[in-house]
Amino acid sequence: MSEIKKDLLYTESHEWLEQQDDGHWRVGITDHAQAQLGELVFVELPGEGDELSQGDACGVVESVKAASDIYAPVGGEVTAINSDLEDSPDLVNTDCYGDGWLFAINVSDESELDELMDADAYTEFVDE
Amino acid sequence: MSEARKTPLYDAHLAAGGQMTEFAGWLLPTRYTELMTEHHAVRRHAGMFDVSHMCIVDITGAEAAAFLRRLLANNIDKLEAPGKALYSCMLNEQGGILDDLIVYWLEADYYRLVVNAATAAKDLHWLQQQSQHFAAGKLQISQRSELALIALQGPEAEAQLLHQLPSLGAQIKALKPFSVLRDDHYCIARTGYTGEDGFEIMLDAAAATTFWQSLLDAGVTPCGLGARDTLRLEAGMSLYGQDMDESVTPLQCGLGWTVAWEPSERAFNGRAALQKQRDDGVAEKVVGLVLDQRNVLRSGYQVFSADDELLGVLTSGTFSPTICKPIGRARVNRNIGNEVMVEIRGKKIPARVVKPVFVRRGQIMPGIET
Repeated sequence: MSEIKKDLLYTESHEWLEQQDDGHWRVGITDHAQAQLGELVFVELPGEGDELSQGDACGVVESVKAASDIYAPVGGEVTAINSDLEDSPDLVNTDCYGDGWLFAINVSDESELDELMDADAYTEFVDE
Repeated sequence: MSEARKTPLYDAHLAAGGQMTEFAGWLLPTRYTELMTEHHAVRRHAGMFDVSHMCIVDITGAEAAAFLRRLLANNIDKLEAPGKALYSCMLNEQGGILDDLIVYWLEADYYRLVVNAATAAKDLHWLQQQSQHFAAGKLQISQRSELALIALQGPEAEAQLLHQLPSLGAQIKALKPFSVLRDDHYCIARTGYTGEDGFEIMLDAAAATTFWQSLLDAGVTPCGLGARDTLRLEAGMSLYGQDMDESVTPLQCGLGWTVAWEPSERAFNGRAALQKQRDDGVAEKVVGLVLDQRNVLRSGYQVFSADDELLGVLTSGTFSPTICKPIGRARVNRNIGNEVMVEIRGKKIPARVVKPVFVRRGQIMPGIET
């Protein structure tokens, strides 16, 4: 059974978002997603400063057998990326909600957050 | 599309946590735990694969040898004695590869082919059609669907097999690569698809689960299709349907070494077409590619020269668990340098051109790492 953390927001493409103390939102992929992919060997992230629109394919996570696009859960500017993933992409497998975060984004239109799922809705979505 | 078939070991795969997928019309595990773990188990210890989906066909009768001399691009007369095996392509008249296979010489007038699952129906039809050239009473073709096939691979494969079959101990120890032994229950070949020492074991489907479970209990790691693919690609072995198919001849896809030109009077299927291609010159060759940065190579990625000329395409690619770098097998123009570019999602990434064998017997080949 995969872990779904309370208090995060979720997308149908299995990204999560969590607001940081500085007001920016961290983005990662869920435990369900990493388990489906298997051990990651490569992560391609957007560039710091990139302006993303909601739904943009902005990165890729790849295991040996599968590649999966990462979609921007909301629009905004990329304010940070997790450069540790360059050498240790498997951090996404071992700690997907912590050290395996992907990038942070400064949300430009907060109403886009309303379209995302909470933990209960995502649990139901994954179970379907 | 009919329902996917189950091998005799299907329930064992589920019990071991196998993540099942449909492959060539069969339900097989892609992995049980992690692909990397399974891959390393084969390189360092011993792993096993259920390859019962592969199609076993016996060719018997006084005309069996003559039939195979015509059918196969490699020459069964290279087999010195019963108990020897040979890798070969089976070609159509245009020289296109219908399938690649291993032929085992079991005894006089008795050969066994192991062909790919995805091509089994086509192959059987082709064999029947080709058999029309031979006297019916002197050639029998029979599929052995009642047999299971388990590949036991890795540096500890021999010790594991000796542990299972102590009564065959002396014979197993004496079994050379590309050789085969048989008793009433087992047909054991020292062959495989991983680049490691190992065995392919044919046995009655009814006995397969017990044998598998016994290997599992002895510590052999069950391995899925995912590890099978990374292991064979590291070992420089071709995958039918990906690295070759009917649209190419062995000369175009790095399998020229499997074509037996001598004796020149042997009229095998596709010989005239191959001869013409060889005389005209083959424009393509197969190379290995290594990226010295993190990424994953995939089949279908295009290969370019430094000045942006399209050189060819990757037919297989992966992230090598042994080398920890992206590797691939590409079919390219014959005249390329040592440095090329691979296009990945619109970006051109530099790649080194190497021989398409990356790892053998647990060792990374010279020149691959730097």
